[in-house]
Amino acid sequence: MNGTIETNMLTYRRRSQVDKVLRGCTILATAIAIVPLVLIIAYVLLLGGAALNRDFFTDTYRPPVPVGIDPRTGLPIEGTGEDAPAQVQAQGGVLHGIVGTLMVTITALLFSLPIGILAGIFLAEYPDTPFNTFIRFCCDVLSGAPSIVIGVVGFTMIVRPSGTYSGIAGSIALTFLMVPTIARTTEEILKLVPNAVREAAMAMGAPMWYSTLTVVVPTALTGIVTGALLAFARGAGETAPLLLTIQGNSNLSFNMFAAMAALPILTYKYIESPFPAENQLAWGTAFVLMMLVLGVNLLVRITTARIKR
Amino acid sequence: MSETRTRSLPLAGGFAATAAARARTREKAGKAKIEAVNFNFYYGTFKALDQINLAIPEGEVTALIGPSGCGKSTLLRAINRMHDKTPGAHAEGLLTIDGESIYGKDVDPILLRRRVGMVFQRPNPFAKSIFDNVAYGLRVLGERDNRRIKERVEWALRRAALWDEVKDRLNATGTSLSGGQQQRLCIARTIAVEPEVVLMDEPCSALDPISTLKIEDLIADLRGSFTIVIVTHNMQQAARVSDYTAFMLMDPKTRAGQMVEFGPTAQLFTNPTDPRTEAYLSGHFG
Repeated sequence: MNGTIETNMLTYRRRSQVDKVLRGCTILATAIAIVPLVLIIAYVLLLGGAALNRDFFTDTYRPPVPVGIDPRTGLPIEGTGEDAPAQVQAQGGVLHGIVGTLMVTITALLFSLPIGILAGIFLAEYPDTPFNTFIRFCCDVLSGAPSIVIGVVGFTMIVRPSGTYSGIAGSIALTFLMVPTIARTTEEILKLVPNAVREAAMAMGAPMWYSTLTVVVPTALTGIVTGALLAFARGAGETAPLLLTIQGNSNLSFNMFAAMAALPILTYKYIESPFPAENQLAWGTAFVLMMLVLGVNLLVRITTARIKR
Repeated sequence: MSETRTRSLPLAGGFAATAAARARTREKAGKAKIEAVNFNFYYGTFKALDQINLAIPEGEVTALIGPSGCGKSTLLRAINRMHDKTPGAHAEGLLTIDGESIYGKDVDPILLRRRVGMVFQRPNPFAKSIFDNVAYGLRVLGERDNRRIKERVEWALRRAALWDEVKDRLNATGTSLSGGQQQRLCIARTIAVEPEVVLMDEPCSALDPISTLKIEDLIADLRGSFTIVIVTHNMQQAARVSDYTAFMLMDPKTRAGQMVEFGPTAQLFTNPTDPRTEAYLSGHFG
């Protein structure tokens, strides 16, 4: 009897040691995963934050000029000598990118919200048929597709036939990306709504469309809004589909039927520039994009917390 | 048959017509409200109900009792066609309300459910305010007059013995109530549209004894105004609340539910005709 208890204590000690080792491993792995994230955020905050000023948000592209030249007039600035070092600087801002990103992404959201939510309702609320399975499969493939592919499709289907890069082409390309995400999140959320609620509405004599609109969707609304906002954040950060559809524009343009600028495209172009000042603009746009994504996520958290309460 | 057909037609006219139909049916108390004649029910190829014969009297409380798996919930849910969305589920034989076949070809299950309300095992209020929960059925029926909705909501909550507890917080969500209150809210929601029949599927099995007592009082109070069919596992509850009791059993070979005995509760509990009923009531099995 004594012996048995002795053995059990040994087993117990070994198990608690294994427990400690395993816990150490998980903490280590978490730390390794978090370090790059923290580095990225810190880097973007420091370098990007330094690039921000009033011009950054209110001005558009200015060509780089040597130090001592006023970029607006092209004339030397009083007080700086001709023999100043031939360093080149850029001034101006990314207002055109901010406007382009907002217009293109919001338009894409307007396209994809109704399609995505209705498709999600179809997938979740109607009985499974081979057709449903096919649609679900398509959504999964489409949301996993490399975004450059979406860009190529947008380029071939819209830009080529219409003969011009355009904001609307970018919106449609982003819609391809956002619809499957919204549809699948809507479906998953709707499936979490307890069946008892549907039965209750059914037993009240509510037709299916009525109970779906008045009971099922409102119950899941927080989740659906979350999905839409996250799709918006993802769309705003996409570069590849936009490069091939809206092309980019150095000027401020509100015309959705012509080439437009977008923040990710500006980041892409400026970071490759030989001029350090333009590199700085790239960090600035990266910063703004990051803040956009962060802001959307915070918004999601605040709204869900408020509704839960 | 033709007379009953015309009688059931007003249910197409929404709330007022349903109330009128109720007033008419009240005059004919004592008649069978729901009748099953050689009624079979299948889940795919599995026969869940076998040759059920039953006449549920109008305005009374009828309890369906029996051990688990005997088909009492299946029978209850067949009455307002809650199985319609279950793939493969289908009925055979005759099940009628006011003489009209429930599974008839041109019966709209939505209109049927407006006459036959249901309370479920677990309280299932909507994630809406208490007021909107009770008003839901009225709005389904197309009632737009807010003053009338307010009256009906108060009436239903009073009948469900919940008004005094919630009158100061009608805007709180239904899910913030306690379990027993939620179930009374669900009953209020069901009776707000004045259905002719109220089905209750083990309405107290998720509740504590005090809440159970309140629901039982409520059932006694609703008796006479509604035809109530209640499924319960609890024989004492059946004895306490019901006027008629149907005892069901599962056929051990086919696993199909069968009706063993049906009669006035007092008679069935004190002087059962079938030895299996007696065995069940005296606790020999189940």
